[in-house]
Amino acid sequence: MKGAWPHVCYSRTRKNVEDFTGPRERSDLGFITFDITADLQTIFDWNVKQLFLYLSAEYSTKNNALNQVVLWDKIILRGDNPKLLLKDMKSKYYFFDDGNGLKGNRNVTLTLSWNVVPNAGILPLVTGSGHVSVPFPDAYETTKSY
Amino acid sequence: MIVSSALMIWKGLIVVTGSESPIVVVLSGSMEPAFHRGDLLFLTNFQDDPIRAGEIVVFKVEGRDIPIVHRVIKIHEKENGNIKFLTKGDNNEVDDRGLYKKGQNWLEKKDVVGRARGFLPYVGMVTIIMNDYPKFKYALLAVMGAYVLLKRES
Repeated sequence: MKGAWPHVCYSRTRKNVEDFTGPRERSDLGFITFDITADLQTIFDWNVKQLFLYLSAEYSTKNNALNQVVLWDKIILRGDNPKLLLKDMKSKYYFFDDGNGLKGNRNVTLTLSWNVVPNAGILPLVTGSGHVSVPFPDAYETTKSY
Repeated sequence: MIVSSALMIWKGLIVVTGSESPIVVVLSGSMEPAFHRGDLLFLTNFQDDPIRAGEIVVFKVEGRDIPIVHRVIKIHEKENGNIKFLTKGDNNEVDDRGLYKKGQNWLEKKDVVGRARGFLPYVGMVTIIMNDYPKFKYALLAVMGAYVLLKRES
Protein backbone atom coordinates (compact mmCIF):
# COMPACT_ATOMS: atom_id res chain seq x y z
CA MET A 1 0.00 0.00 0.00
CA LYS A 2 1.44 3.36 -0.96
CA GLY A 3 2.27 5.62 1.97
CA ALA A 4 3.18 9.21 2.51
CA TRP A 5 5.28 8.93 5.66
CA PRO A 6 3.97 12.20 7.00
CA HIS A 7 5.58 13.70 10.02
CA VAL A 8 3.56 15.70 12.51
CA CYS A 9 4.86 17.69 15.51
CA TYR A 10 2.63 19.65 17.84
CA SER A 11 2.18 21.79 20.91
CA ARG A 12 -1.09 22.18 22.82
CA THR A 13 -3.12 23.92 25.54
CA ARG A 14 -6.72 23.71 26.65
CA LYS A 15 -9.63 25.88 27.82
CA ASN A 16 -13.10 25.15 29.15
CA VAL A 17 -15.77 27.28 27.51
CA GLU A 18 -19.31 27.17 26.20
CA ASP A 19 -19.31 25.49 22.83
CA PHE A 20 -20.44 28.52 20.87
CA THR A 21 -20.53 26.53 17.64
CA GLY A 22 -23.42 24.37 18.75
CA PRO A 23 -24.49 22.78 22.03
CA ARG A 24 -24.63 25.41 24.76
CA GLU A 25 -22.74 23.51 27.42
CA ARG A 26 -19.30 24.06 28.83
CA SER A 27 -16.91 21.75 27.06
CA ASP A 28 -13.21 21.44 26.73
CA LEU A 29 -11.69 23.38 23.85
CA GLY A 30 -8.27 22.25 22.78
CA PHE A 31 -5.65 24.29 20.96
CA ILE A 32 -3.01 22.50 18.95
CA THR A 33 -0.24 23.92 16.79
CA PHE A 34 1.55 21.54 14.51
CA ASP A 35 4.05 21.05 11.70
CA ILE A 36 3.46 18.66 8.85
CA THR A 37 6.09 17.28 6.50
CA ALA A 38 4.85 14.93 3.79
CA ASP A 39 5.65 13.78 0.30
CA LEU A 40 2.45 12.70 -1.44
CA GLN A 41 3.93 12.11 -4.88
CA THR A 42 3.56 8.32 -4.78
CA ILE A 43 -0.18 8.54 -4.10
CA PHE A 44 -0.91 10.34 -7.37
CA ASP A 45 -1.36 7.72 -10.06
CA TRP A 46 -3.02 8.09 -13.49
CA ASN A 47 -6.52 7.98 -12.06
CA VAL A 48 -6.13 10.36 -9.12
CA LYS A 49 -7.89 13.71 -9.59
CA GLN A 50 -7.23 15.12 -6.14
CA LEU A 51 -6.49 14.26 -2.53
CA PHE A 52 -8.48 15.48 0.43
CA LEU A 53 -5.89 15.52 3.18
CA TYR A 54 -6.94 15.90 6.80
CA LEU A 55 -5.45 15.84 10.28
CA SER A 56 -7.70 14.27 12.87
CA ALA A 57 -7.46 13.81 16.61
CA GLU A 58 -8.73 10.55 18.05
CA TYR A 59 -9.23 9.91 21.76
CA SER A 60 -11.40 8.28 24.41
CA THR A 61 -13.22 9.99 27.25
CA LYS A 62 -15.51 9.09 30.13
CA ASN A 63 -18.46 10.36 28.10
CA ASN A 64 -17.60 8.69 24.81
CA ALA A 65 -15.65 5.56 23.99
CA LEU A 66 -14.47 7.04 20.70
CA ASN A 67 -14.08 10.62 19.59
CA GLN A 68 -12.66 11.82 16.30
CA VAL A 69 -12.28 15.48 15.42
CA VAL A 70 -10.94 16.78 12.14
CA LEU A 71 -8.64 19.66 13.04
CA TRP A 72 -7.35 20.67 9.67
CA ASP A 73 -7.79 19.75 6.03
CA LYS A 74 -6.35 20.62 2.65
CA ILE A 75 -7.28 19.80 -0.91
CA ILE A 76 -4.37 18.84 -3.12
CA LEU A 77 -5.13 18.80 -6.81
CA ARG A 78 -3.29 16.81 -9.42
CA GLY A 79 -0.49 19.10 -10.47
CA ASP A 80 -0.14 20.92 -7.12
CA ASN A 81 3.16 20.58 -5.34
CA PRO A 82 2.93 17.16 -3.65
CA LYS A 83 5.63 18.00 -1.12
CA LEU A 84 4.20 19.63 1.98
CA LEU A 85 6.32 21.56 4.41
CA LEU A 86 3.90 23.27 6.78
CA LYS A 87 5.08 24.91 9.97
CA ASP A 88 3.25 26.35 12.98
CA MET A 89 -0.16 25.50 11.63
CA LYS A 90 -3.15 26.26 13.84
CA SER A 91 -6.12 23.96 13.73
CA LYS A 92 -8.67 25.13 11.15
CA TYR A 93 -11.66 23.97 13.13
CA TYR A 94 -12.52 24.35 16.79
CA PHE A 95 -11.42 21.33 18.76
CA PHE A 96 -14.40 21.07 21.09
CA ASP A 97 -14.87 17.89 23.08
CA ASP A 98 -18.32 16.55 23.88
CA GLY A 99 -17.80 17.26 27.56
CA ASN A 100 -14.66 17.77 29.57
CA GLY A 101 -12.65 14.86 28.29
CA LEU A 102 -9.54 16.69 27.12
CA LYS A 103 -8.47 17.70 30.59
CA GLY A 104 -5.53 15.52 31.55
CA ASN A 105 -6.14 13.21 28.61
CA ARG A 106 -2.81 11.60 27.91
CA ASN A 107 -3.90 9.70 24.88
CA VAL A 108 -5.04 12.03 22.13
CA THR A 109 -3.67 10.67 18.87
CA LEU A 110 -3.12 12.82 15.80
CA THR A 111 -3.28 11.03 12.47
CA LEU A 112 -2.92 12.28 8.91
CA SER A 113 -5.36 10.65 6.48
CA TRP A 114 -6.48 11.25 2.94
CA ASN A 115 -9.44 10.61 0.70
CA VAL A 116 -8.38 9.75 -2.83
CA VAL A 117 -10.77 11.21 -5.40
CA PRO A 118 -10.33 9.42 -8.72
CA ASN A 119 -11.24 10.67 -12.18
CA ALA A 120 -13.76 7.83 -11.98
CA GLY A 121 -14.05 4.83 -9.71
CA ILE A 122 -13.65 3.89 -6.08
CA LEU A 123 -13.21 6.52 -3.35
CA PRO A 124 -10.72 5.10 -0.84
CA LEU A 125 -10.01 6.59 2.56
CA VAL A 126 -6.44 5.97 3.61
CA THR A 127 -4.81 6.56 6.97
CA GLY A 128 -1.13 7.39 6.98
CA SER A 129 1.01 4.95 8.88
CA GLY A 130 2.40 6.41 12.04
CA HIS A 131 0.66 8.78 14.39
CA VAL A 132 1.56 11.22 17.12
CA SER A 133 0.26 11.09 20.66
CA VAL A 134 -0.64 14.43 22.21
CA PRO A 135 -1.04 14.49 26.00
CA PHE A 136 -3.27 17.33 27.18
CA PRO A 137 -2.39 19.24 30.35
CA ASP A 138 -4.34 18.82 33.59
CA ALA A 139 -4.94 22.53 33.98
CA TYR A 140 -7.00 24.92 31.92
CA GLU A 141 -5.37 27.84 30.24
CA THR A 142 -6.89 31.05 31.51
CA THR A 143 -4.94 33.65 29.59
CA LYS A 144 -5.85 34.41 25.98
CA SER A 145 -3.02 33.36 23.75
CA TYR A 146 -4.33 31.88 20.52
CA MET B 1 -39.26 -6.67 -20.34
CA ILE B 2 -36.80 -3.82 -20.24
CA VAL B 3 -38.71 -2.02 -17.53
CA SER B 4 -39.06 -5.08 -15.32
CA SER B 5 -35.37 -5.98 -15.74
CA ALA B 6 -34.36 -2.44 -14.87
CA LEU B 7 -36.60 -2.56 -11.81
CA MET B 8 -35.15 -5.91 -10.76
CA ILE B 9 -31.60 -4.61 -11.08
CA TRP B 10 -32.50 -1.51 -9.06
CA LYS B 11 -34.17 -3.52 -6.29
CA GLY B 12 -31.23 -5.91 -6.32
CA LEU B 13 -28.83 -2.99 -5.87
CA ILE B 14 -30.85 -1.74 -2.91
CA VAL B 15 -30.52 -5.13 -1.21
CA VAL B 16 -26.85 -5.67 -2.05
CA THR B 17 -25.72 -2.22 -0.92
CA GLY B 18 -28.01 -1.91 2.07
CA SER B 19 -28.96 1.59 0.98
CA GLU B 20 -32.45 2.76 0.00
CA SER B 21 -30.80 4.94 -2.60
CA PRO B 22 -27.67 3.18 -3.89
CA ILE B 23 -27.02 5.68 -6.67
CA VAL B 24 -27.41 9.42 -6.17
CA VAL B 25 -26.75 12.46 -8.30
CA VAL B 26 -24.75 15.32 -6.81
CA LEU B 27 -27.02 18.35 -6.79
CA SER B 28 -24.82 21.16 -5.48
CA GLY B 29 -21.27 22.44 -5.58
CA SER B 30 -20.65 22.11 -1.85
CA MET B 31 -18.17 19.27 -2.36
CA GLU B 32 -16.16 20.82 -5.17
CA PRO B 33 -13.63 20.32 -6.57
CA ALA B 34 -14.12 16.63 -5.80
CA PHE B 35 -17.74 16.38 -6.94
CA HIS B 36 -19.68 18.65 -9.24
CA ARG B 37 -23.38 19.01 -9.95
CA GLY B 38 -24.31 16.12 -12.17
CA ASP B 39 -21.75 13.61 -10.93
CA LEU B 40 -22.99 10.19 -9.93
CA LEU B 41 -22.19 8.61 -6.56
CA PHE B 42 -22.42 4.93 -5.61
CA LEU B 43 -23.36 4.27 -2.00
CA THR B 44 -23.36 1.45 0.49
CA ASN B 45 -25.06 1.53 3.86
CA PHE B 46 -23.99 -1.52 5.80
CA GLN B 47 -25.13 -1.16 9.40
CA ASP B 48 -21.88 -2.70 10.66
CA ASP B 49 -19.78 -0.11 8.87
CA PRO B 50 -18.74 2.33 11.55
CA ILE B 51 -19.06 6.03 10.74
CA ARG B 52 -15.63 7.63 10.96
CA ALA B 53 -14.22 11.13 10.48
CA GLY B 54 -13.26 11.83 6.86
CA GLU B 55 -15.92 9.63 5.32
CA ILE B 56 -18.30 11.06 2.75
CA VAL B 57 -21.88 10.40 3.82
CA VAL B 58 -25.19 11.03 2.16
CA PHE B 59 -27.80 12.03 4.69
CA LYS B 60 -31.30 13.45 4.85
CA VAL B 61 -32.34 16.09 7.34
CA GLU B 62 -35.48 15.06 9.24
CA GLY B 63 -38.47 16.39 7.41
CA ARG B 64 -36.67 17.09 4.15
CA ASP B 65 -36.50 14.93 1.06
CA ILE B 66 -33.26 16.09 -0.48
CA PRO B 67 -30.19 13.98 0.27
CA ILE B 68 -27.03 15.93 1.09
CA VAL B 69 -23.55 14.66 0.28
CA HIS B 70 -20.94 15.96 2.76
CA ARG B 71 -17.97 14.85 4.79
CA VAL B 72 -17.98 13.72 8.43
CA ILE B 73 -15.71 16.01 10.43
CA LYS B 74 -16.51 15.05 14.02
CA ILE B 75 -17.78 11.93 15.72
CA HIS B 76 -18.57 11.07 19.34
CA GLU B 77 -19.39 7.41 19.82
CA LYS B 78 -20.55 5.75 23.05
CA GLU B 79 -19.46 2.28 24.10
CA ASN B 80 -22.80 0.82 23.04
CA GLY B 81 -22.28 2.05 19.49
CA ASN B 82 -24.59 5.09 19.70
CA ILE B 83 -22.94 7.73 17.61
CA LYS B 84 -23.52 11.42 16.95
CA PHE B 85 -21.59 13.20 14.25
CA LEU B 86 -21.15 16.49 12.46
CA THR B 87 -20.76 17.05 8.72
CA LYS B 88 -19.42 19.77 6.44
CA GLY B 89 -19.15 20.30 2.72
CA ASP B 90 -15.53 20.52 1.56
CA ASN B 91 -16.36 23.69 -0.35
CA ASN B 92 -18.29 25.32 2.49
CA GLU B 93 -16.77 27.68 5.03
CA VAL B 94 -18.84 26.40 7.95
CA ASP B 95 -20.15 23.07 9.16
CA ASP B 96 -23.66 21.82 8.45
CA ARG B 97 -25.32 22.86 11.73
CA GLY B 98 -27.19 25.55 9.79
CA LEU B 99 -28.65 22.84 7.55
CA TYR B 100 -29.88 20.57 10.29
CA LYS B 101 -33.31 20.88 11.91
CA LYS B 102 -33.78 23.81 14.28
CA GLY B 103 -32.12 22.92 17.56
CA GLN B 104 -30.44 19.86 16.07
CA ASN B 105 -26.69 19.86 16.59
CA TRP B 106 -25.76 16.37 15.47
CA LEU B 107 -26.64 13.70 12.94
CA GLU B 108 -27.31 10.09 13.88
CA LYS B 109 -27.05 6.77 12.09
CA LYS B 110 -30.73 6.90 11.21
CA ASP B 111 -30.18 10.05 9.15
CA VAL B 112 -27.66 8.33 6.88
CA VAL B 113 -28.78 7.14 3.45
CA GLY B 114 -25.36 5.74 2.59
CA ARG B 115 -21.60 6.13 2.42
CA ALA B 116 -20.03 7.24 -0.89
CA ARG B 117 -17.84 4.42 -2.15
CA GLY B 118 -17.44 5.19 -5.84
CA PHE B 119 -18.07 7.94 -8.32
CA LEU B 120 -18.59 8.68 -12.01
CA PRO B 121 -18.37 12.22 -13.34
CA TYR B 122 -21.09 13.94 -15.44
CA VAL B 123 -23.34 10.87 -15.91
CA GLY B 124 -26.02 12.17 -13.56
CA MET B 125 -26.54 15.37 -15.56
CA VAL B 126 -29.45 13.72 -17.36
CA THR B 127 -31.44 13.61 -14.10
CA ILE B 128 -30.73 17.26 -13.37
CA ILE B 129 -31.75 18.33 -16.86
CA MET B 130 -34.97 16.38 -16.53
CA ASN B 131 -35.65 18.09 -13.22
CA ASP B 132 -34.92 21.57 -14.41
CA TYR B 133 -36.62 21.23 -17.77
CA PRO B 134 -39.77 19.14 -17.32
CA LYS B 135 -40.54 19.46 -21.04
CA PHE B 136 -37.37 17.47 -21.72
CA LYS B 137 -38.54 14.79 -19.31
CA TYR B 138 -41.94 14.49 -21.02
CA ALA B 139 -40.29 14.40 -24.43
CA LEU B 140 -37.99 11.61 -23.26
CA LEU B 141 -40.92 9.67 -21.79
CA ALA B 142 -42.87 10.12 -25.02
CA VAL B 143 -39.95 8.80 -27.07
CA MET B 144 -39.52 5.81 -24.71
CA GLY B 145 -43.27 5.13 -24.80
CA ALA B 146 -43.33 5.30 -28.60
CA TYR B 147 -40.34 2.93 -28.77
CA VAL B 148 -42.03 0.38 -26.53
CA LEU B 149 -45.29 0.52 -28.52
CA LEU B 150 -43.59 0.30 -31.89
CA LYS B 151 -41.38 -2.62 -30.80
CA ARG B 152 -44.41 -4.64 -29.81
CA GLU B 153 -46.09 -4.27 -33.14
CA SER B 154 -43.25 -5.87 -35.06
